[in-house]
Formats: sequence, structure tokens, C-alpha cells
Amino acid sequence: MSAAPGRIVEVNGPIVTVHLPQAALGEQVWVGNLALVGEVIGRDGERAIVQIYESTESLAPGQSAAPLGHPLAAELGPGLLGNIFDGLQRPLTEIMAQSGDRVARGLAIAPLDRGRRWNFTPTPGLQLGGAIAGGAVIGTVAETETVMHRILVPPDTGGELVELAPAGDYDVEQVIAQVRGHDGITRPLRLYHRWPVRRARPCAGRDRAAVPLVTGQRVLDTFFPLLKGGRAAVPGPFGAGKTMVQQQIARWADAGIMIYLGCGERGNELVEILETFPRLTDPHTGRSLMDRTLLVANTSNMPVVAREASIYMGVTLAEYYRDQGYDVVVVADSISRWAEALREVAGRLEQIPAEEGHPAYLASRLSAFYERAGQVRTLCGLPGSVSLIGAVSPPGGDFSEPVTSHTKDMVQVFWALSKELADARHYPAVDWTESYSGYVEAAAGWWADRVDSRWNTQRAEALSLLQKSDELARIVNLVGPEALSAAQRWVLEGAALIKEGLLQQSALDEVDSFCSPQRQFALLDLMLGIYRHGQELVDAGVPVQRLLQLPVLTRAKRAKTAYSNSQLEALGAFATEAGEAFRLLGQEYSGSERVAP
Amino acid sequence: MSAKEYRLTSALRGGLMFVRGVPGIGLGDRVSVRDPAGHRRDGQVIRTSEEMVLVQVFEGTDGLDLEQTWIRFLDQPFEVALSREMLGRVFNAVGEPLDDRPPVVSTLRRNVNGNPMNPAARTRPREFIQTGISAIDGLYSLVRGQKLPIFSGPGLPHNRLAAQIVRQARIIGAPGTFVVVFAAMGLSYADASFFQDDFERDGVLGNVVMYLNLASDPAIERLILPRTALTAAEYLAYDLGMHVMVILTDVTSYAEALREVAMARGDVPARKGYPGYLYSDLAEIFERAGRIRGRAGSITLMPVLSMPSDDITHPIPDLTGYITEGQIVLSRELYNQGIYPPVDILPSLSRLMKDGIGAGLTREDHSRVASQLYASYARAVEVRNLASIIGTDDLPDTDRRYLDFAGSMETRFVTQGENEERSIEDTLEVAWQLLSLLPPEELTRVRESDLAAHHVRTQTVLSP
Ligand SMILES: Nc1ncnc2c1ncn2[C@@H]1O[C@H](COP(=O)(O)OP(=O)(O)OP(=O)(O)O)[C@@H](O)[C@H]1O
Ligand SMILES: [Mg+2]
Repeated sequence: MSAAPGRIVEVNGPIVTVHLPQAALGEQVWVGNLALVGEVIGRDGERAIVQIYESTESLAPGQSAAPLGHPLAAELGPGLLGNIFDGLQRPLTEIMAQSGDRVARGLAIAPLDRGRRWNFTPTPGLQLGGAIAGGAVIGTVAETETVMHRILVPPDTGGELVELAPAGDYDVEQVIAQVRGHDGITRPLRLYHRWPVRRARPCAGRDRAAVPLVTGQRVLDTFFPLLKGGRAAVPGPFGAGKTMVQQQIARWADAGIMIYLGCGERGNELVEILETFPRLTDPHTGRSLMDRTLLVANTSNMPVVAREASIYMGVTLAEYYRDQGYDVVVVADSISRWAEALREVAGRLEQIPAEEGHPAYLASRLSAFYERAGQVRTLCGLPGSVSLIGAVSPPGGDFSEPVTSHTKDMVQVFWALSKELADARHYPAVDWTESYSGYVEAAAGWWADRVDSRWNTQRAEALSLLQKSDELARIVNLVGPEALSAAQRWVLEGAALIKEGLLQQSALDEVDSFCSPQRQFALLDLMLGIYRHGQELVDAGVPVQRLLQLPVLTRAKRAKTAYSNSQLEALGAFATEAGEAFRLLGQEYSGSERVAP
Repeated sequence: MSAKEYRLTSALRGGLMFVRGVPGIGLGDRVSVRDPAGHRRDGQVIRTSEEMVLVQVFEGTDGLDLEQTWIRFLDQPFEVALSREMLGRVFNAVGEPLDDRPPVVSTLRRNVNGNPMNPAARTRPREFIQTGISAIDGLYSLVRGQKLPIFSGPGLPHNRLAAQIVRQARIIGAPGTFVVVFAAMGLSYADASFFQDDFERDGVLGNVVMYLNLASDPAIERLILPRTALTAAEYLAYDLGMHVMVILTDVTSYAEALREVAMARGDVPARKGYPGYLYSDLAEIFERAGRIRGRAGSITLMPVLSMPSDDITHPIPDLTGYITEGQIVLSRELYNQGIYPPVDILPSLSRLMKDGIGAGLTREDHSRVASQLYASYARAVEVRNLASIIGTDDLPDTDRRYLDFAGSMETRFVTQGENEERSIEDTLEVAWQLLSLLPPEELTRVRESDLAAHHVRTQTVLSP
């Protein structure tokens, strides 16, 4: 260390100024006696401004520093799935083995296990001497029971294939191929390669997203659908259910790969995933959920600079699986905490703040992040996608604050959570007037093909019923329920059926936690069917009071927990029975004289 | 570094000391300051460069001057000595005795900041703590290792509630109770002695460690006090295997002290003058609660905070709510109606409840009952608002039952004596009596089988 070219000049929280003429912007640097690592975020003459990923406690001016020669990069190869990494991709379980319950400083641990061997099968038909492009698949290993890991030529390393290892067991450091580049230099390929996290991985082209991401959550899939390759935000005040929404998606969505990004949030929420996912079965594959899941965790008590880096780490890992032809979903909890990390660094640099202390570049950084979502044609020719779902934690629950309002400009799906609904324990507390999806038309095609051609009209009818009922509720609050006509009273009940029987969905209910698209539609159809039956009777003059007393109403509200995804027939039978109850009531009145409405 | 004394202060401002010409000082290092009267003060390096070192003086900079103030850089972080002997003792913010007894001696000293807990080392808190308070046990169950704050306001009985929880908290069927780490920041003398007397009356003083910074004590000390207290709590929990309940009061005084220093440093404010890092700073403290895999003990954290102007969107309760695992919100309205404990039913929440209740833990129907109580109460509050406009005469019969239900929720379920301890069975029993005020068709969150087992269908008027 004595020969180190640099010297610490100042330590200000996570920002360390180093006398270091050579280091480039974005380059990693180690500083001080603990060799803490950081990256250069600014230059001032001979000095480099370095943000340090770990606590800088005890770091002192005069201690040495030196550049590392490369930017922050992810290791991409088999062994990622089922693991939990920190924002710098250090494996947290391995950290625990080395430093106990707490994350010690200055640990350098490789992300991928060097001791583990993988059974590699080269891609059939690859010719030695033939051309091979960056991003091509040179072989596969079975990473987990469900996920076939395609070993890719690094995107920037195309050329002539001069060597390819035979099928067999290899560790990640062993050379499995050699490629002679267009520059004439031969480069060894291994089961993994590195990629700088702040740079988006290239693809052959972008496609329009078209297939809904099935989350099994009715209010999301049926009312505000997200597409694979799309972007969504989940804003809401504390306790409104952002994490629950994201965990439900992480559990049940039909994603090829799920990346859960705990960014500046609670440790216990990650443990919950670590402890429950291995035991849960993916409804789409029938295997353990952990087989297709990986976690990136920089909790609120961990250093903020690594938190800032963590979302880039997460999305780079996502792009890597996308490039193998997977539909990858990233749930990021919470983007606001990332923005706060950015703000803290900006503040230390004494940059002039724009809104609420946030730097002026907040919006452009946010958009660069969301830009990494999308449905693409990968370099290897397969389709793949990255969907980004970010929680937003607005101060005071105020959606006009900078992070929420900028995010709103960048996403097509906005699942707005409301404190009023959460307080009334209407979960998920997705507000049907504030939320929107720009993908309804695209999703409608899929629903029509796969589930029912009436999906789009039924959905619209349910939403309009909710809207009408909200307007009526305002009237009731002014003048009381007596002012409403019988038809209007029935609208309120119709909306209650939609809210209680459809929108509300407990994550904790074994039967209802995941709702298949078929059952989602069956329940929607049931509620609207009941509403229409009642409407006819009310029009025919049957007193609304009699309708409200029908026991099938309560049973319809409980149907979501009474009939599982595999009991659609029984659910259909119940719908028939409900129709019958209305018919009988109608008969009672049609026989006798008509009652004035 | 030598332990040389310097006299190089070049400026003093709002608790901060700017020291010129002492290179090579480590960030976070402890500093010993000798004031012109010869008294010692504690400080800590919060920014350091070749030209200038910025020191935060815990006892404040009042009475210091540029010529006669001496500084010693100790070349070590802030550490406290740890031993079982801490139990039953009273300390100040940096762990020095306030009880006229000798300092704690121990070879074990730990940095009060510690390293962050590895999330992979945690295990989920899930043992139900019976507090004997119906509102909490029934609706916002606390589990061992949870961080659950009380959001209160000036004049509300948060101290009495916190004391009652400490007194009554127990694990059903498990012997032993909690040891208490009591961390007071900016507390009035009266409130501090209220707790001290309560612990004494209860005969638990020997199981309590107190860290006191009173309203009259220097504000900047509040920044280190919770860290000292939690370092002690971690030692008791994870080294000695004890179950520790930490009371942290008042978080608002802490945050105000943080704002004061931030302003003196010239940090960019985020909201209401509080620095942008308030969230991370509070999280560093609150995330020290929890359970660790393979360790016997636990830290259950109950921060108390007073919401400025009773405003839950104020940055202090807001950021706290974003970090903790729920919140118990006290209501001035209920308190003014003479209701104790005045727990505001709708905005209160316990996020870890789901892991701690149910068959084998409390009772099989517990979560559905709780869900039904909130939902019905939310509906009842709507009806009540309506009734306040149109009167009760025009209300349909069902709505009138909801009004009854709301009243009974407050007076029979939430209300209880300060020394009254209800078992969870009793709590659920009362809950079903209240739900029986409503027609069964209204109760869609419970199962038909729950209704059959517990709903008093006869709808007779409840005997009080
Ligand atoms: N779908 C759901 N089913 C059942 N309970 C729910 C659901 N959604 C939310 N909840 C309840 O709401 C609580 C708070 O939810 P959650 O932790 O997701 O809030 P959050 O918006 O992430 O808050 P924060 O911003 O503080 O992290 C949960 O602990 C749970 O009790
Ligand atoms: Mg959350």
C-alpha cells in the first residue's frame, strides 16, 4: 500500500476526496487502511471525488488510495438464482459465513461460487472456425430445476470460434471456449462474464409488449394490467401495502425469472422471502419459487452509496437473463429510497438542489433506469423481456412530490395505493380512480383469446359501476340514503359486490392469494350477472329492500375464498343458483300486481 | 495518533467546533474537549480534511471560546463498556453513570454504531407477545423482535401506555419476561420519574437499564444516546440471550436535535428543515430491533414520538412509519372522551401480526376477527359521519346497529383499566360480543363456521 499513487484529502460522510490524478470518472478506487471500495463521481484538478460503498468511519486524511482500473460490474453466470446479494453483488450468506451477523467492512467476496461445478452442454452444431456473434449461446447448464442457463458470448466479444470445450463439469473460472476477435486477439470465454452495471446491455431490437404479466391479483390483472416488458409504479403512503403488492407479484407472477430488489427497506421483509419462497410452489411451473428467484438487498441500515448502486445491479442481472430469452420481472422496493441516496450524495457535493433537496438530474437518472425495461429481440435471436415494477414512497403520502411525479411520466401502469382504503383494510388498497394502465387494449387481445371475449366490456362495466357508486356516495354523504332511487340503491350494492367480491383479495388467504385469470373472469362475471339480474327486477318494480335481503349476495362476496382455482365448475353452479334466486323473486312479483318503483 | 491536546479551534457554531491544522484525524473518532472552566466534554469528528476537522460537541458549544478550549483527539471510535452489571443502572448518553455508583468496568467495549446487521442473518419475529391490552393484542398484535412505535401528541397518555405494556408483556406459556432498556431523549423530569417509579413499584428496576437525557440536558447528546442504548440492548440480547424490550422516547426530540446540527453544518434540507438523511439515520437505529438466526435473545423496540400538531404526515412520524413494522396511533378525540388507552383504530397497524397469530399461537379465527373488526368499524365510522349530517332518525336499521357497534368498540373493546390485563381469549370473546351486534350477513370477512361458533345470533342487548 505504500506505493499507492493516491492520498485521502477529505472525508465527508460517504464522499471521500482523494489526491489521485489518474482515476477516470466511473472507475473504482480503493481508499484507506481498510481498502474500502468506491467509485469516482467527479474530478477537480488533481483530485478525484469518490463515493464509498461502505461506512467511512475511521478513515483519515493522509491514508492511501489507488484506482482499480474498472467500473462497478456484475458477474454474470450460473449460481445467481436462489441467492441473496447486496447492492454490490456480494453474496450475503457468504458474508455471514465470514463475518457473522453483521456485515464487516472491506470484505472482498466473489459473487459466484468458485468451488461449484456445473454440467456444461455445448450448443449443438457450433463449428470451430465459424463466426460467432456477441450474445450468442455457446452452451447451457441447468442452473436450477426449472431454469436452463444459457451461457452467452459477452455482447462485446464476437469473432471466430477457435475452441469449444466438450460437454462436462466445469467451474466458472475454467475456460470453455476461445474466440478470436475482429482485432485478431483471442479471448477466453468462461461460464461467466462481467458487465458494467451502469451501462444497459445491448439487444438486437425492441418490440412492442403484448402479453400480460399474470400476477394473480385481480385488481391488477383485471383492472390495471401490466404487460411483460412494461413498467409500473406502486406509489402509496407507509403501510398502504406497496411491499405486499410487490411480494405477491414476486410470488405468483408468471415470470421466467424474478428479481426482488430490496432497496433501502426493511431486513425482515427480505427474510420473509428467504424463509417462505423455498417452500412455496410456483403455480406456473409446479416447482419451488426460489428456483427462479434472486434477491438484491441493500436494507435501510446498510450504506447509502451501495443502495444507489443496487438498482443498477438488479437491472443488469435482469438484462442478463433477458438476453438468455427469459421474461424477467424486477420488483424494486423502493425507488424513493434510491432517490434519497442520490440526494444525499448530491447534498454532500454541495450541488444546487432543485426540488425538495433532490438534484436536478433526478428525472434523467430515473428515466435512464426505467428505459432498461422492455420487450426485446436479444442478440441470440430469442425474445426476452424485462418488466420493472417500482414502489414509490412519497413523503406524507403526497403524490405531487418530485419522485412520484417524475415516475408518473415514465410508467404506463400506475397502481396508486390509498391510505383511506388501507385504513378500512380494503386490500390491496389500489385506488380505482387514481390508478391507470396504458396497456388495456393490448391486454384485451390476450384475454379474449385465452379467457373470454367479453373481458374488455365487462371490465369497463365494472369500472363504470364503481365510478357511479362513488358519485352516489357523495350525494348520500350530503343528504342521506333516502334521497336515492331504488335503482341507485342497487348501484351501491353492485359496487359493493365488485369491491368486496372482486377487488379485495387477501394475500394471507390460502385459497385466494393467487387467482387464475379464468377464476378472475368468472368472479367478475358472477358479480356483474348478479347486478344485472337485480337491475331488471328493480326496473320491474321489485322493492330493492327485498333484493338486499337475498342470502346469495353475502355468498357471492365470499365466493372468492369458497371456490379455488380448480373449482370453476362449482363456481359456475353457484352463479346459476344465484340467477335462480333472482328469478324466483321476480316470479313472486310478476304474478301479483306490479308495484310502483 | 498521540493523545496530544490542541488549542486550535478556529470557529464555534451551533454545537460544532471547527479545528484547523490537525491532519490525519479519522472520521467518527472520539474527541475530548476541555472547556475554559476545566470541565470535560465529549465530541465526535463528523467531517475531516487535511485543513479542517469538524467536531460535534455533545454537551454543546456554549461557554467554549477560541482561546481557552483544549481538544484531544482520541484516535478511537465511540465505544461503551458492556457487562451484565448494566442492569439496574442509570446512565447518560455516552454510558457514564448517573446513579452515584462506579462506572461499568469491562474488557468488552463496542462501537456504538456497530456494523449493519446482515439481512441474511435475521430470522422472522413471530412469537406473540400478550400485552393484556385488547386493542393491541386483538388488532395490532406485537411479536418478539418487532419494532412498533407509539405515535402520540403532547398531553396524551403514551407514557402510561408504554409503562403498561412493559408491565404486562409476556409470552403465553413461557416463563420469564423482558429486560428493559429505557432510552429517554429530551424527556421531562416528571416523565422520567414516572417511569422510574413505575419500574420500582413493579419491582423490576433490577431488570432495567436506563439512559437518560432530560429536556434540560444538552440536545446534541440525544444523537448518540439511542446508539449507546441499543449497543447495550444488543449485548443483552445476542450475547446474553435475553429478551429485551427497548423504549425509545421521544423520537421527536431526537430528530429535532439532528435538524439543529444539520442546519449548523449547512446541510441541504429536504422537508420542514429536516435533512434528507433523516430516513437513513432513523433506520440505522430502528433496524437494530429484531431476531438473529441461532441466537436466543431478541430486541423488541417501541419508539414513542409526539407528532407535531398531531400531524401524522409530519416528517418525523412519516419517516418513522416508513421504517417501523406498524404503528399504534393515539387519538386526541378518544382521549377527550375519557377513553384509555385512546388507540385510534383505523390508522394503527401491526405488520408482523400475521406471523404471530392463528391456530396454535393465539386462536384460529384471530386474523379473520381482526379483519372483520377493522372493516366493520371503518363502515361504522362512515355511518357516524352520515348521521352527524342527517341525524339518526332517517338511518336504516342496519346502519343504526353500526352506530352501536362503533360506540361499543370504543367503550368496551378499546377501553380498559390501566392495571387491567386481559387474556387473548378474553379479548376475542369481547370481539365476538361486539360483532354479534351486527347481522351475520354483514360479516363477510369471517367464515360461516366462525359465525356458527361465535356469533350470538339472538341479537339480545349486551349486558355490560
Ligand atoms: N393484499 C393484502 N392482503 C392482506 N394484507 C395486506 C395486503 N396488503 C397490505 N396488507 C396489510 O398492510 C400491511 C402493510 O403493507 P406493506 O408493508 O406492504 O406496506 P407498505 O406500503 O410497503 O409500507 P412502507 O412504505 O412503510 O414499506 C401489511 O403488513 C398487511 O398487514
Ligand atoms: Mg414497504
